[in-house]
Amino acid sequence: MATLNVLVLVCLLYVAFLFAVAFGADRAARRGRGTWLRSPVVYTLSLSIYCTAWTFYGAVGSAARSGLEFLTIYLGPTLVMIGWWWTLRKMVRVGRSQRITSIADLISSRYGKSNLLAVLVTLLAVIGTTPYIALQLQSVTLSFSTFAAHDASAAELPTLQSTAFWVALGLALFTILFGTRNLDANERHHGVVMAIAVEAVVKLAALLAVGIFVVWGLAGGIGPTLDRIDASPIATWDQSGGRWIGLTMLSAAAFLCLPRMFQVMVVENEDEDHLRTAAWAFPGYLMLMSLFVVPIAVVGLDILPPGSNPDMFVLTLPLQEGRDWLAILSFIGGFSSATSMVIVAAIAVSTMVSNHVVMPVWLWSTGGTAMMSGDVRHVALLARRLSIGGIVLLGYLYFQISGGGTALAAIGLVSFAGVAQFLPALLGGLFWRGANRTGALAGLGVGATVWLYCLFLPSFGPSMILPQTVFDHGPFGLGWLRPQALFGAVGMDPLVHAVMWSMMLNTAVFVMVSVMTFPRPVERLQGAQFVNVFQHSGTAPGWSGGLAQSEDLLIMSQRIMGGAQAQALFSSAAKRQGLAGYLPEPTPEFLQELERELSGSVGAATAHAMISQIVGGATVSVEDLMAVADETAQIMEYSSQLEAKTQEQERTARQLREAYQKLTQLSVQKDAFLSQISHELRTPMTSIRAFSEILRDTEGLSSEEKGKYATIIHDEAIRLTRLLDDLLDLSVLEHGQVVLNIHSGRLRDLLDRAVGAAGGETDMFKIERHGSEEELWLTTDLDRLAQVFINLISNARKYCDAGKPVLTITAKLETAGLVIDFTDNGSGIPTDQQSVIFEKFSRIGHTKAGGAGLGLAICREIMARLRGEIIYLPGQSGASFRVILPSETVSVPHVASA
Amino acid sequence: MRETPGPVFLERRTYRRRRMADAARMLPILGGALFLLPLLWEGKPGEPVRTSMVMFYLFPVWLLLAVTSVLISRHLRSDTDNGGGHGDH
Repeated sequence: MATLNVLVLVCLLYVAFLFAVAFGADRAARRGRGTWLRSPVVYTLSLSIYCTAWTFYGAVGSAARSGLEFLTIYLGPTLVMIGWWWTLRKMVRVGRSQRITSIADLISSRYGKSNLLAVLVTLLAVIGTTPYIALQLQSVTLSFSTFAAHDASAAELPTLQSTAFWVALGLALFTILFGTRNLDANERHHGVVMAIAVEAVVKLAALLAVGIFVVWGLAGGIGPTLDRIDASPIATWDQSGGRWIGLTMLSAAAFLCLPRMFQVMVVENEDEDHLRTAAWAFPGYLMLMSLFVVPIAVVGLDILPPGSNPDMFVLTLPLQEGRDWLAILSFIGGFSSATSMVIVAAIAVSTMVSNHVVMPVWLWSTGGTAMMSGDVRHVALLARRLSIGGIVLLGYLYFQISGGGTALAAIGLVSFAGVAQFLPALLGGLFWRGANRTGALAGLGVGATVWLYCLFLPSFGPSMILPQTVFDHGPFGLGWLRPQALFGAVGMDPLVHAVMWSMMLNTAVFVMVSVMTFPRPVERLQGAQFVNVFQHSGTAPGWSGGLAQSEDLLIMSQRIMGGAQAQALFSSAAKRQGLAGYLPEPTPEFLQELERELSGSVGAATAHAMISQIVGGATVSVEDLMAVADETAQIMEYSSQLEAKTQEQERTARQLREAYQKLTQLSVQKDAFLSQISHELRTPMTSIRAFSEILRDTEGLSSEEKGKYATIIHDEAIRLTRLLDDLLDLSVLEHGQVVLNIHSGRLRDLLDRAVGAAGGETDMFKIERHGSEEELWLTTDLDRLAQVFINLISNARKYCDAGKPVLTITAKLETAGLVIDFTDNGSGIPTDQQSVIFEKFSRIGHTKAGGAGLGLAICREIMARLRGEIIYLPGQSGASFRVILPSETVSVPHVASA
Repeated sequence: MRETPGPVFLERRTYRRRRMADAARMLPILGGALFLLPLLWEGKPGEPVRTSMVMFYLFPVWLLLAVTSVLISRHLRSDTDNGGGHGDH
């Protein structure tokens, strides 16, 4: 017969083996060799921490008491796992893309990184986890004492308390050692995960071994076993529908919400694809775990003496039959279930406690000045370790105070109902963008209160915390507030009652408050990122660093900086690191350099966000986004300024182009004038010279001939004089040396004079005059004005190319002053010439008539002196000039005519 | 935040994948219904439903669900995920 000492020895060896496994896995992972650590099988097995000692021992106990009801605890998680496409996939994706460290972290970051919410979740998790840890300690001590009771050779029975103490101490040590190796919770705990995967195999093997022994060893095969089931006290199926449905839903909810399940399912998840395997493998595992539960329970009830604790059948059956090694295996199985649960739960809850309670308090107490990063790191590790110790200690104290003894399963379900309160906030956060912080806080608060009042406090038993009168008559005699008959729901199963009310009120309050209140911007941003995680994240980024990141960085940099420059930067960095090619290791130095380079192009905040997106896998914080928005605004402002400047430059360029065109035209005109003026001067000079030579040298000219030649010489001299006069006149006008000779006179008289001077009206040249305004009196230099009129009229006479030339002179009084239009019926002046006709020496086309092209230039100068204007009026029936006289020179007729 | 509507007709493989996603969504509902079914069993008077019968129903159903899940999840590799978590065609 195996002694207790053998059990202790095997147990210690097993623990040493687990340490070795954890150590080896950690080392392999750190050396990057542990690809087998990241297999979907390990992931699936690590999920088996759902099956704690409660399920290992307690399932049989539950089956012995109430038949198949224990199955609900496995059916719920089975449904969740095969429905992974709905929830788990999204949870894992969100967890990876947001670098979630715990369920408190998930809920808090979804609702705008609210620490209050995180503290509430943490608190509830601690309250829910503590009895559960106590339960594990209890099962280990109970199984140990069961073993000891069967060992006759044991000199003295170890006390329950001392066993629990040593187990708790060992667990705390293991957890601290392997659970806080690295600070970043996203760096997986490879050692721990590997150890619990091994334990998962051990506990399944142990339970299957006991089951096979019971069915084929004790009952004698499948047929006899079925007969025994039919003959047993649990032979009939009279399951209460409420409990069946309620417990299935509760276990499904708890499977999603339990901090330790969240830890292995989401935080420790290496690869989203592992879910595909777990989706069928874990239900299979659960099915195997529960396959032999009923046979063991039935055979135990049959064989073992009445009054044996059914919770220990898994252990007592082999012991009773003298199969000590099977009993030891069974003990190790239960031990594995208990330890793996405590380890992961302690890691999960301590992460929450240290991240959401200890660290904020510490940062606050140090005035929020986290001096150096090393400093914070040290404190965080210490906080995590102390939290682990504290949580295991709490569990131990709970076990001590409660003293054990109550049926194991009951307290497990109480704990399930507690964490299930996270469900509305969790699912609401993942699927409903309208869910907000206030709603989550209110719902969670109400649900937790109802759970505490209706289930948790009563679970200590009547008169323990809540007095019996409260159970019977409600607090303050308010009957509708009785903890197990809330709102008059009398006669329900207490558990189903509490779960129903807490979940219903929780959800209702959560939805109603969310609908009625407004979220903050951060909440809305996070809400969009969570709910639409598949549109935002693409495939989840890998956590492991390496060349893949460098390549991503290179791709991004090429987009921003341009291919050649980015490649040069990368290859020089690679060369400095002693590497060939274009991909350097993403060291902090290189990243900093790259960030600096990039920030030159896109701004510091954007560069930081982009690099951290690729390297950190971290999401962009709201501050980052705001900084980006800031920079973008600046860039937009800058570009609008640029745009304004560009427009101004375009305007200037247009003006310059116009000026250039004018200059070119002027230059052409000047050349034309020079040849013209030389021609104009030369022609009369040539005639004068030729005829004067004829007069001088030719003998025998008749006097008639002499007179003719002298007249030609005279005329040519006059033409020359006129030309010179014009030039002189223009020069005087241009230099402002002209003295105006101001007189008053009637416009009609002035026009009459001008028409007369210009040659008058003939049959070949009609002049039409319109307008009563001709009666107006003008006070100006009338001679100069007449000169302008004469010029315009004679121009029309000379250049109008119509068959019957008609000049229309119209005078009108307008706001700008007196407007006199001279419009003929010729073909007018081509558009390209209109801008230069007032320039000196400009002559339009090849004019047959004389004139040096000074007339209009002189007119313009005169009008400028008279403070008026002369312009060419385009778009008339022919050439049209408009003379504008300022209104102060015009006076009313009757004054003058008087 | 509506994404732009995708094409109406999909490549065969993508189409198959989306139908598999539909199946993956339906499976837990089917499973839930099957698990609740025994609650409706009344048994004949004097011959109540036996626990062993329910076991002979529940465990095969359980196995069936796991096997179906194998078949479905084989088609749902995440590296072919085109992000169409919602609004699948």
